[in-house]
Amino acid sequence: MTDTAHRVNIGLPSLRDVPKTDVPQRAADFKTDQEVRWCPGCGDYAILAAVQGFLPELGLKRENIVFVSGIGCSSRFPYYMNTYGMHSIHGRAPAIATGLAASRPDLSVWVVTGDGDALSIGGNHLIHALRRNVNLKILLFNNRIYGLTKGQYSPTSEVGKVTKSTPMGSLDFPFNPVSLALGAEASFVARTLDSDRKHLTSVLRAAAEHEGTALVEIYQNCNIFNDGAFELLKNRDTADDWTIRMTHGQPLTFGSEGEKAVVRDTVTGALTIGEAGADNVVVHDAHAEDPAYAFALSRLSTQDLRYTPMGVFRSATRPTYDAQMKAQLETAAAADTADLGGLLRGNDTWSVG
Amino acid sequence: MSKQVRQLERVVIRFAGDSGDGMQLTGDRFTSETAALGNDLSTLPNFPAEIRAPQGTLPGVSSFQLHFADHDIMTPGDRPDVLVAMNPAALKANLGDLRAGATVIVDTADFTARNLGKVGYAANPLTDGSLEAFQVHDVDLTGMTVEAVKEFGLGRKEAGRAKNMFALGLLSWMYHRPTEGTVRFLERKFATKPNIAGANVAAFRAGWNFGETTEAFSVSYEIKPAVMPAGTYRNISGNLALSYGLLAAAQRSGLPLFLGAYPITPASDILHELSKHKRFGVRTFQAEDEIAGIGAALGASFGGALGVTTTSGPGVALKSETLGLAVSLELPLVIVDVQRGGPSTGLPTKTEQSDLLLAMFGRNGEAPIPIVAPRSPADCFDAAIEAARIALTYRTPVFLLSDGYLANGSEPWRVPAPGDLPDLRVDFATETNHTDDDGNDEFWPYLRDPETLARPWAVPGTPGLEHRVGGIEKADGSGNISYDPANHDLMVRTRQAKVDGVARSLPPLEVDDPTGDARVLVLGWGSTYGPIGAAVRRVRKAGRTIAQAHLRHLNPFPADLGDVLRRYDKVVVPEMNLGQLALLVRAKYLVDAFGYNQVRGLPFRAEELADVLEHFISEVSATDDGNDAVDTLGVDSP
Ligand code: SF4
Repeated sequence: MTDTAHRVNIGLPSLRDVPKTDVPQRAADFKTDQEVRWCPGCGDYAILAAVQGFLPELGLKRENIVFVSGIGCSSRFPYYMNTYGMHSIHGRAPAIATGLAASRPDLSVWVVTGDGDALSIGGNHLIHALRRNVNLKILLFNNRIYGLTKGQYSPTSEVGKVTKSTPMGSLDFPFNPVSLALGAEASFVARTLDSDRKHLTSVLRAAAEHEGTALVEIYQNCNIFNDGAFELLKNRDTADDWTIRMTHGQPLTFGSEGEKAVVRDTVTGALTIGEAGADNVVVHDAHAEDPAYAFALSRLSTQDLRYTPMGVFRSATRPTYDAQMKAQLETAAAADTADLGGLLRGNDTWSVG
Repeated sequence: MSKQVRQLERVVIRFAGDSGDGMQLTGDRFTSETAALGNDLSTLPNFPAEIRAPQGTLPGVSSFQLHFADHDIMTPGDRPDVLVAMNPAALKANLGDLRAGATVIVDTADFTARNLGKVGYAANPLTDGSLEAFQVHDVDLTGMTVEAVKEFGLGRKEAGRAKNMFALGLLSWMYHRPTEGTVRFLERKFATKPNIAGANVAAFRAGWNFGETTEAFSVSYEIKPAVMPAGTYRNISGNLALSYGLLAAAQRSGLPLFLGAYPITPASDILHELSKHKRFGVRTFQAEDEIAGIGAALGASFGGALGVTTTSGPGVALKSETLGLAVSLELPLVIVDVQRGGPSTGLPTKTEQSDLLLAMFGRNGEAPIPIVAPRSPADCFDAAIEAARIALTYRTPVFLLSDGYLANGSEPWRVPAPGDLPDLRVDFATETNHTDDDGNDEFWPYLRDPETLARPWAVPGTPGLEHRVGGIEKADGSGNISYDPANHDLMVRTRQAKVDGVARSLPPLEVDDPTGDARVLVLGWGSTYGPIGAAVRRVRKAGRTIAQAHLRHLNPFPADLGDVLRRYDKVVVPEMNLGQLALLVRAKYLVDAFGYNQVRGLPFRAEELADVLEHFISEVSATDDGNDAVDTLGVDSP
């Protein structure tokens, strides 16, 4: 990976209002002097490096970037980013970031969260941010465990998970974060993997380009409490068999020999796994207006991660909340003058003296 | 026919009917007419929490009380002189509040056996002699309304709905109110439904003419305009004044206003009101819940807005954790709590002052938050500006404790000129403020102003000041994460000292002690100002001396409060809770403050409060005589 800026003015629609820099940036510019305190070997390091390495590409003024997080291992992220940042409280980052992004269209606002933060305590804020389509980029580090509180099962842990709080196995049926986001009609939903720097970067770029709320689920290894959770997708021997790499406009074929594919049942329309040579192989359409297609893709995978689609599930165009809020303010300002004295007096006054 | 006109100094009228009868609107209109005439006034709406409570039942009764006078008044009045009752339930629910000899105007249309039975009347009170203590006018208001609006071709039910305007017309005649405003109002309100507009105006005029012509009403009354300081006046409710105060604070600070709120009674009107003023750059965000409401407001504050969240008690409970974060981040934020009856859902439409200790202490850790409270509906304007001043100057969340009575009550307000309002401009940080050991300039987000102890407010977009803040304890100055015990001790004490230091910016407490020799001080806060003031007047009229002080700032207290309290032999604290302010002053100043407490969902009655104050005054004199055999009147001492 290069540490030098490839600053191209890409005119990202979602960052239209964010001032650009003409000073070349490097990944090092985004590092702080704070000692990074994740466990050695934690997947968070790779994600941090990827984000720091990718931001120079956007060419934004560093002071116009803000990272907001909640609580959890991943939520320490803002301390390590030399931008503006807020490490807030458990689950509430999407709400806080919504207020910031809605009132400051000149900022590029990123939320860093985890599976417990975003899907348990903060589930409500997440789904509402997604349906509103505020210009936020939400990076959900999913390690399928509670790390900071030392190893309880999380809302994405597989059923039967044995942890400190579930010695006989967990009973909870897990969320599939991508399905959940698509159910909330998120306009942009993607999935990637901590250790695949190239893929991670490409997904981050797509998220940054997207106008509106983007949810990026990042499978992240917690080597202390849930080591190897994504081994199936990381191990060279198995990854190709179980990973469905999605590229817009390309057939959804996969497998070590490229022999498998996502196919559409000609009668029911359901998506299933079939042969690459079949004539009903699905060509990926990330821009489909109806989220049902992307949702069907997200349902292909099992709890143990077989048939896991990776990449952009959905990237659809929908007006953003902040842009519309700004437009309402401009319309109102154009229609009437803001005369405080007149407002205070109202229409029904009387005079004394 | 020539009718008699009598002069009165003051009148208390209560309009009461089913919650669907339009009593609030009727009261609002009568209030506007009264304001236009120049009387001083004070109003008390009282309505059920249900949108449409069961028709014709006691819980479904909605009422609007208005006190108006030729002199300045402080409360909506203890006991109505006039009751307008639109049905048996309204009569029954309100009769007990009337003064003896009061005038009762009853719409007879609903006095059927069935409706009487519904509210437990065995016999018709209009005929069984049970109303002998009152002057009763039983009139078929509905019937006459239907007759009066015939030409508009409405069904009987719809035609009958204009009966509130008939009643308003009649009362407007009785008290010589100007009518043009109401006619204009009706024409505007029903602009798209000319038939309905016409019917309402016709009913209103018919009511007036009925008063003018019928033998039944032989006297009408004049109440001269009150003498008030020169200026331009309007009538204003507490929620409206509070909304305008926030807006004015934003304008005077040069910051955009951001309101994050979740609808809740009785605070929602502030959200509705501010949503109308987008042309002032106001952003209103109806959040998914109370937590998101304050979260978004705090996010906006981080971005350099005047962040505000509005709610009532249950919402404050939900916002507690974010309040703690705001204390830790040291960002400006105004939290409006329009208090209502609690605990839990409690009494959503009734007033109470029981969130004081919640505002004071309701967070984990040592998390001090300044508290400001308005004393009357119009005062909500100034209190909101004061809350914003403290928030912006000290970079802190500030509680603004209104209540249901202030929110919905109204009074005349002398409209200020925007230029006369306080200058709230703030300076954002733009420069680095520290040099590290290697001589590099850097920005320390927790390097404080030595006077206010406020930290610099550096908003995103400011080059060179990129920094991170969070809820974990921060090192003094640099703001980096710090688990150091001594640093934590310092930071906890510093945050407390910063809030305590707000007292240095406050004027001395105003004590109203005209003779200077009072021995009993009555101390209040918030909406009890009116009833306490009225009670104090009664006591003084009766020839006794008493001092009154009212707190705008509940945290920190004015610096001289302790000295003031110690000057008096007895301190009485009337509150609509079980003694929360009394608890605070006793704890802080070790004075023997006595609570007088009610939680009935309604403001104190001045008459009753005056009795309590008299009792304390007698007790003080009795002690001098060595006589301690004074009964306690059920007064609570916490
Ligand atoms: S506990 Fe797990 S997720 Fe947390 S820092 Fe350590 S390895 Fe990473």
